Amino acid sequence: EAAVKMKVLVAVKRVIDYAVKIRVKADKTGVEMNNVKMSMNPFCEIALEEALRFREAGKASEVVVVSMGGPQCVETLRTGLAMGADRAIHVSTEIPLYPLAVAKLLRAVAANEQPQILLLGKQAIDDDANQTGQMVAGLLKWPQATFASKVYFGDKNDVTVEREVDGGLETLRLQLPAVITTDLRLNEPRYATLPNIMKAKKKTISKLTPEELKVEIKPDFKILEVVDPPKRKGGVMVGSVDELVDKLKNEAHVI
Amino acid sequence: MFRFGLAAARNRRLFPLRSSDSSLCSLRLASTLVVGEHEEGVLKASTLSAVAAASALGDVSVLVGGFGPSVHKAATQAASAHSAISQVLVVDWEKVKHELAEPWAELLLMAQEKGKYSHVLAASSSFGKNIVPRAAALLDQTVVSDVIKVVDEHTFVRPVYAGNALSTVKYTGSGPCFMTIRPTAFPAGQASAGTPAPIATLDTGTIKSEAIGRSEWVGQHVQRSERPELGSARVVVSGGRALKSAENFKLLETLADKLGGAVGASRAAVDAGFVPNDMQVGQTGKIVAPDLYIAVGISGAIQHLAGMKDSKVIVAINKDADCPIFQVADYGLAADLFQAVPELIEKLPDKRQVSA
Repeated sequence: EAAVKMKVLVAVKRVIDYAVKIRVKADKTGVEMNNVKMSMNPFCEIALEEALRFREAGKASEVVVVSMGGPQCVETLRTGLAMGADRAIHVSTEIPLYPLAVAKLLRAVAANEQPQILLLGKQAIDDDANQTGQMVAGLLKWPQATFASKVYFGDKNDVTVEREVDGGLETLRLQLPAVITTDLRLNEPRYATLPNIMKAKKKTISKLTPEELKVEIKPDFKILEVVDPPKRKGGVMVGSVDELVDKLKNEAHVI
Repeated sequence: MFRFGLAAARNRRLFPLRSSDSSLCSLRLASTLVVGEHEEGVLKASTLSAVAAASALGDVSVLVGGFGPSVHKAATQAASAHSAISQVLVVDWEKVKHELAEPWAELLLMAQEKGKYSHVLAASSSFGKNIVPRAAALLDQTVVSDVIKVVDEHTFVRPVYAGNALSTVKYTGSGPCFMTIRPTAFPAGQASAGTPAPIATLDTGTIKSEAIGRSEWVGQHVQRSERPELGSARVVVSGGRALKSAENFKLLETLADKLGGAVGASRAAVDAGFVPNDMQVGQTGKIVAPDLYIAVGISGAIQHLAGMKDSKVIVAINKDADCPIFQVADYGLAADLFQAVPELIEKLPDKRQVSA
């Protein structure tokens, strides 16, 4: 019997590239973003890659990427389209978005799009919150599988997910529609090729606003200041194992 | 009554603005629900850290959920686990036997409706991270993740950008404040010697949600180890890609055993298949802060440092004298690990002989 053809919605976030050594602003209002390399959040890339693999395996018929924030989010969506997404949605707003607001906007987008799977990264590497997927699953009343390292489709409109948990691995079975957040070991994302980057320019990016989605962004969270973490005192290089054992015993007193 | 008195005194000390108001109402405003986590009837160290964090906020209720005798055993332990604990809520319910977020979130919702807590918190373990945001969203509440410092009842410090910045955040909403706390930032403390806190049973009969029943626990693959738990071990020995094979990790196990420590790994070592993923230390793995962290054959990428740079003493052993791990190490040894580690194992004091 033919597999159910379904739509997959993937949420992607634009963040400072993972390899950049960030600088805290002198006025403590945040982190320097000007002239800093930005990229798609690595966990979002993994989520998109997984969705593309569903489509390539004949399990999904359409992959839609969605991103939220200022106009530069369009670049991230173009990257997603160049990787292979079919179309994109930009929820345009200049208001700072925290996970609950993103989850509400995603719920509204999901209500319009009616995907069978909503895929997200397990966390964004800037705010390190690890909340949005769980929140949107709660709001939609859909089951959730967070920190996924393997995803298999069942034949009863269900999906089986292996999760990375503290003690090892855990397997869940979810009825669709469902929310899945991706861990690092789910897959290795592809690179966009030049022809695909060219093709991506012709794909649609539709624009929506929180007002159009009838989502009010509740201000209940403030960042008061952002500072550098305490610096570690410079250490010493030792010349031998004997010297190391001596230092640990007689100077650091840890053995 | 004594317990109420204690909590009031604590609140006055911490929140002088309320010092004139010692009514039950103000106590209610600073009462915290800690979501407990236990394994076969034993509370996890991370839950005790969450209680320690919550004790700075006032009165603490601990929710212990599960199915069968083990949950009651854990509840009994929780009743004497910390002097700030004023009540233990026990839930013996088949649906929360496992980590399933759907019933757990509904359970938190019900507990919150009954207790009207000012704060709901859990350790930022895979369990806490999975269920707390879902429960918070059901109540239209924000979550403050991975708190490392409680400044006042609504102001917290949390690391962002893989620990390369510390953000002080304020919850300005009106409902309960949901948080997860980083266990390594709050020492668990000693068990209470006083009268055990009362244990109350929560009835789950009224919980109904279409989401429950749409997820099902199928199975697990858990690594069993005789060594201490990575997240709370006093000594951690970690290996990276330079270990070259799973077989060579035995060298680190021997070293860890001699020090009574746990074994961790970098992402590269996990990705190469040398060790299972639950041993990964870093931004997206476990966060550790032991007394002694020994990084062997680990270069020290930003993402790895995020998981271990709050260790008291860091030792790095690496062939490459220029690698970034040496910038955070208290003691660095530029040497071939395959020579240095066996020599270290041999020269470390043998605790068994010392104690004999």
